[in-house]
Parts: sequence; C-alpha cells; structure tokens
Amino acid sequence: MPLINLRNMAINQTGTIVAVKVSGELGRRIREMGLVPGTEITVKQRAPLNDPVALRVMGGTLTLRNNEADFIEVEIAP
Amino acid sequence: MDNAITVALAGNPNAGKTTLFNLLTGARQHVGNYPGITVEQKEGCCLHHGQGLRVVDLPGTYSLTAYSVEELVARDFLVNEKPDVVVDVIDASNLERNLYLGCQFLELGVPLVIALNMIDVAEKRGITIDAAALGKRLGVPVIPIVARTGRGVDQLLDAVLKVAAGESRPQPAFLRYGSDIDEALTDMMPFIRQCTELTAIYPERWIGVKLLENDTQIGQKAIATHPTASAKLNERCEAVVNHLQNTLGVYPEAVIADHRYGYIKSILHQGIVTRKFVADRLYASDKIDKIVTHRFLGPLIMAGILFALYTFTFSYSTLLVDWLASFFALLNHGVDTLLPDGPLKSMITSGVIDGVGGVLGFVPIIMFMFFGIAVLEDSGYLARVAFMMDRIFHFFGLHGSSVMPFIVSGGIAGGCAVPGVMATRTLRSPKERLATLLTVPFMNCGAKLPVLTLLIGTFFSDHQARYMFLATLAAWLVALCAAKFLRMTVLRGASTPFVMELPPYRFPTLRGLAIHTWERTWQYMKKAGTVILGISILLWALMTYPSLPDERVAHFEQQRQLAHTTLAPGTSENQSEKEALDKALQKIKATEAMEGLRNSFGGRIGIACEVVSRYAGIDWRTNIALIGGFAAKEVIISTLGTAYSLGDVSSEDATSLSERLAKDPGWNPVVALAVLVFIMFYAPCFVTVVCIAKEAGSWKWAAFSIVFNTVFAYSMAVAVYQIGTWLY
Repeated sequence: MPLINLRNMAINQTGTIVAVKVSGELGRRIREMGLVPGTEITVKQRAPLNDPVALRVMGGTLTLRNNEADFIEVEIAP
Repeated sequence: MDNAITVALAGNPNAGKTTLFNLLTGARQHVGNYPGITVEQKEGCCLHHGQGLRVVDLPGTYSLTAYSVEELVARDFLVNEKPDVVVDVIDASNLERNLYLGCQFLELGVPLVIALNMIDVAEKRGITIDAAALGKRLGVPVIPIVARTGRGVDQLLDAVLKVAAGESRPQPAFLRYGSDIDEALTDMMPFIRQCTELTAIYPERWIGVKLLENDTQIGQKAIATHPTASAKLNERCEAVVNHLQNTLGVYPEAVIADHRYGYIKSILHQGIVTRKFVADRLYASDKIDKIVTHRFLGPLIMAGILFALYTFTFSYSTLLVDWLASFFALLNHGVDTLLPDGPLKSMITSGVIDGVGGVLGFVPIIMFMFFGIAVLEDSGYLARVAFMMDRIFHFFGLHGSSVMPFIVSGGIAGGCAVPGVMATRTLRSPKERLATLLTVPFMNCGAKLPVLTLLIGTFFSDHQARYMFLATLAAWLVALCAAKFLRMTVLRGASTPFVMELPPYRFPTLRGLAIHTWERTWQYMKKAGTVILGISILLWALMTYPSLPDERVAHFEQQRQLAHTTLAPGTSENQSEKEALDKALQKIKATEAMEGLRNSFGGRIGIACEVVSRYAGIDWRTNIALIGGFAAKEVIISTLGTAYSLGDVSSEDATSLSERLAKDPGWNPVVALAVLVFIMFYAPCFVTVVCIAKEAGSWKWAAFSIVFNTVFAYSMAVAVYQIGTWLY
C-alpha cells in the first residue's frame, strides 16, 4: 500500500495516518484535533483556491492548510 | 452565597458549552475579562434543589497545554480556584476526539462530570452510546443531555451535587505512556517531590508529563522554585527526547498524545458505542457543504450572504439610528431654548449630548451586526467563510476569518470601523487578530463617504463613479498591504495553524442569539461609552477654547448693531430688507465662528501644523477640519464650512462648500487628491481608537494605530501632492 503526503490526496480518497512529523505548536494542534497515527481520514473538499483542505476525521470535519498537511504521511486504503 | 458550589464548564469549542451555560444561568450572567488579557470570563448562577451553583464558563479548548491563552486560562482556573465540580461538555457525535480533553482532566485529577451533549444528533446519526458503562470505565458520572432543549440537565445537576458532596477530591488517573516515558517519569519522581511549591498545587505525575511535553509554564515555574532539581529534571527529559528521536524519530509529546488516544480507544473499544449505519454516511451538513463550499458556487453564495449581512446591518439599523438622532436633536433643541447662551450650554449641547448621541448612535449598528454575525457563527457558516477565504488572506499574513471585519468596516463602501473592530472577536489567533484590528480602519466607512463625495464631486465630477470605485479598491489594497507590513515587522511571527473544525450546520437558537447580541452591545456601551463621552467633551473644549478676546466679541456685536441700524431701521415690515438683514447677520455670525475656531486650541494646532502639512498641499483650514475629523469623519465637512466662514454646512448638502472650494485658489485637483488620500488613511476616529484599545487590551495599540495611520497617510499625501504638482 502506497505512502503519500496528505497534500497529494485526491478528494474522496481515504487513508490511514502513518506519521505526523512536526513538533511544537503546530504538532500539538494537529494531534489534539485527532490527527494521530492510526486515524482514518477522508479528504472531503478543497477550498475554491485549492487550499485549505477539509478532512473527515472521527466523525467530524477538520480543515488545514496545504503547508500544514505536508507534515502528515498517509497510507492510502486500497 | 458562601455555601454556593462552584461549577466550571469546560469542553471543546462547538461542543455546546455556551448553550448549556445560557440554559443554566439564563440572563443571570456576568461577562468580564481575565485580568490583562482579552479572553472573556463568563460567570452566572443558578439554583438546583435549593443549592446555589456558581457557574463559570471556561474558554473552549481542545487541550490543556500552555500554547494559547485560552488553554492557560482554563488550566490556571482549574488548579488555582479548585472548582468543586468540573463539567466537561462533550459532543456525543464526536466522542473519541472530545475525550482527548476529558482524558486530560482525569490526569489532572479534577472532580469531573461528563455531559454527553447533543445526544439527539448522535442518535439521529445512528450512534448509540452506553453512558452508564462509559461512566463506569472512566470512573466519573456520564450524563447524556441535550443542552438546546434542556433534556437530561436535571440529572446532570443531580450528578454535579453528588460529586460536590463527595468527601475527597479524586485521585489523578494513572495513564501509561509507553515504557520510555513511564521509566523517565519514575526516575523524575524524586526530583519532582523536591519542588514542593509545585507539588502543592499540581499532581506529581502530571508535572512530570508536562515537563516531558516541554510545557513552558511548568518548566519556568520549576526553574524559579527549585533550580537544582529542575536541572536534573531537564537532564532526564533531554535523555528521553534524544532516545525517542534516535529510535522512533518522534518527540515525547507525540508519544504521550498517542497513548492518550490509545487509552480512549481502550475505553471505547467494545460495547460503548454502537453504530447502526455502516461507514461514513453523508450527513446533511456534508450535502450542504457540497454546494456552499463548491469551487464556483461557494464564492458566489458567500458574496451574497456577506452582502446580505452588510445590508442588514447598515440599512435596517438606519431607522433606529435616525430615531436616536432625532431624539438627540430634540434634546439639543430643548436645552437650547431652556438654557441661556454661554459656555455651559455649549458644553452640554456640543460636548455631552453630542457625545452621548455619538456613543448611542453606534448601538443599533453594533446590535444588528452582532446579531448577524451570531447567526452566521452559531449556524456554522462563519467557519466556511474562513475556509474559503483563507488562501487570499493568509497571503497577507491574516486569517480566513479576517474577511468579516473587513467587510463590516467598509469593504463594501459605507460600513463602520467600530463594529468592524469589534467583529475581530471571531478570530482566535492573536497575531492575525491584532493585524486585522489595526488595518480595518483603512476601509472607507460611512462617515468618510460624504467627505469623499464632496471632494470627488467638486474636483472630479466627470468620473465620479470611477473615482469612488477606485477609492474602495485602494482601501482594500492599502489595508491588506499594511497588514502584511505589520505581520513582517511589529507583529512578526509564524502564522497560527489553520487546523480548525468545520462544525456541522445547526439552527441557531433565538435565546442564544439574543444573549450573544445583548452582552456584546452592553459591553460596548459600558466599556467604551464612558471613555467616548470623556473624549467628546475634551474635543469640544479643544475646538472652543480659548474663546475670542473680549474686544473681538465686542467688535462683532458692534457690527451686528450696525447691520440692524443700516439695513433695517425701525421695525420695518419690508420683506427684502428683512432678508438682507438676515443675510448680513448670518455672514457676521459665520465670520465670528471662523475667527473663534481659528483662535481655539484646535485652530492653533491646525495653523502650527501647516509647516508640515504644506508639503502635502494642505492649508490650516483643512488641518483644523482634519483635527475635527478625529471626533467623527463627517465632522470634517462642517468644520471645513466653519473654517471657510460659511456658517453651518451639513454633511448631506454641502453645495455651498463645494462651490467655495472650487473657486478657492488654494485648491486644485492635485490638492483634492492629496487631501482625499489623507482622509482615507489617517488616524481612525476616536470611537474606533477607543474600541481598538478595548479589543487589543492595551492603549499602546490604540496610540500605535493613531501614529502609524497618520504617518502613513501623510507620506501618501505628500507623495501624491509632490508627484501631482510636478505632472500637473
């Protein structure tokens, strides 16, 4: 199963987070919103200018910017 | 109420904390600020089975780190004030993620009751939660409620009373964070115990976890109270960091977070949550979002909604504004006829009544705007606006949520910076919020419009529409670039992460909207009102004193006598003679007013400033008008009228002033353009300045706003004038 960056996921694509490679405030914000390894996410939407992106995580919808999504590695579901 | 139980409401943003708070306390609430910061502190009280409850609404947070003021405020309240019970409001349809905060309450060992809110929404989505079993596993009462309707709230309060009546405070939950962290914690314990000042208020293990999480507040406290032990602790923490970095490539805080989620998963793992529908059902919210945040339709719908909000705020409030204005005009007239001429009357009419009128004149606009924004915020749409606009605003160092304040301030020409500044409250990121706060006054508010119309109408009448449009465009450009400039200089720093929730759409409750609107409007009246009244009187004095010397007053009196005797000898009934007399008297009055203004402090400042302002082609008359414009921009017209000895010129009909300016040799299109630019960008009116001070939490930023804007406007005006004169 391929590992890709969250930025490169297509709309409606689903995958499981493998790693969140950032510390500090951004890392903490990402984790406290539930974006931790093992979590299943689905890309729901992109903003009109392609950035930010909206994700479905644990029954809720989250948004993050592309440069923040860069730190998140995802294993795509087959 | 000495025996009142203190209940703290905590929970994630959007979990319905405020709805529960409003339901419990109704109108019996008090909004204040935590000392020194702008986070609101809301408190109220209620009665349950004869027991008084003091309810404190803590800021909504996702975690208890030291990264944001909200989280620090919540954490400090829990450890310092030791509330009798903490109610963690959890969104039932989002249980797993919401429990991340709940888990941290358990680690902190606070007396906890979990309110499983919006259980009806979860049920509708086919999620059933075994609250009793969940409570048993967590070791705290879990009560399903619906805060919007009040379902289950009685049981919740029963549980609160029961926990409050409990003898001892609960022990902090013992979570495992993996062998590396656990070992480190064991090693650290002896040193932590040496920091007795810390262990007196925080649980021991919790201190260790926070140190491993690199928590600045706890770290600094440890160094301050026990430097030797803290050095040892630091050493141990660094060892773990290095070890984890080498083996797993992660930081301890990530490992700790993973284990918290692991703990939550193990709690929920079987039987607690049952889902009737498989997989990701397309919720109603998703269906709405498919259209509302659509690539092409989204921006169109947004433009429509923002325009509607704008129209609602400024058109529908005019009726109330006009009523208030005519009421104050009536009051002025009453005082005018009752009191004899003199400084007291002048102070009451021009200082006090105009000042109070100025304060209250904004109230309908602020009320309407906050109502409109509350609808958008409570329904969940505001988060979508931020989502769609973020790409553009982020480029200028702002946040997607900045769009609302900009629109309200005059992004569509004719807004008002006062509600615009207050609308920045919806921004949660401090730096972006300040940058927005300081740049929204650049927009063309409704009070600048008559002045712009006058100048454009007089000097550029051929292209009036085009120039007005350019003025709006220029305002946007300048405001955004100024924001970028501020974010690169005084407000430098990484942008706040955009990681944010798009809450599901909800129908706002009328009760919530009413409370929301009223409390913000009241805050404006209470906090800004008094200061505004004071400054209003001060400005009045500035434009009135010192009054003309006696011999000048006598001179004008003499002229009046002369007019009476020469133009209308005796009691003539002749109409044309009467008119001629009136005209002559008016002229004398206007000249006297001009001389009075010139003689006043304001006038003297204006004349003194000519040394500087002439580089922008601005003479002393305009200077005085610009000083008057600090009271309110539309005052520029009337002050300019007085300075040109034209008597009373109203901002609605300024033809006499327009004709006068067109004829004046001191004015030409280049000067007009320079003045135009200066008026658009110089110091915001003082009502806005007061609001900036209140919202930014410091007068320093208010002063900064005056100086920065004026210096900027001046350099722009000089550039326009110098280049313009050279070309012209």
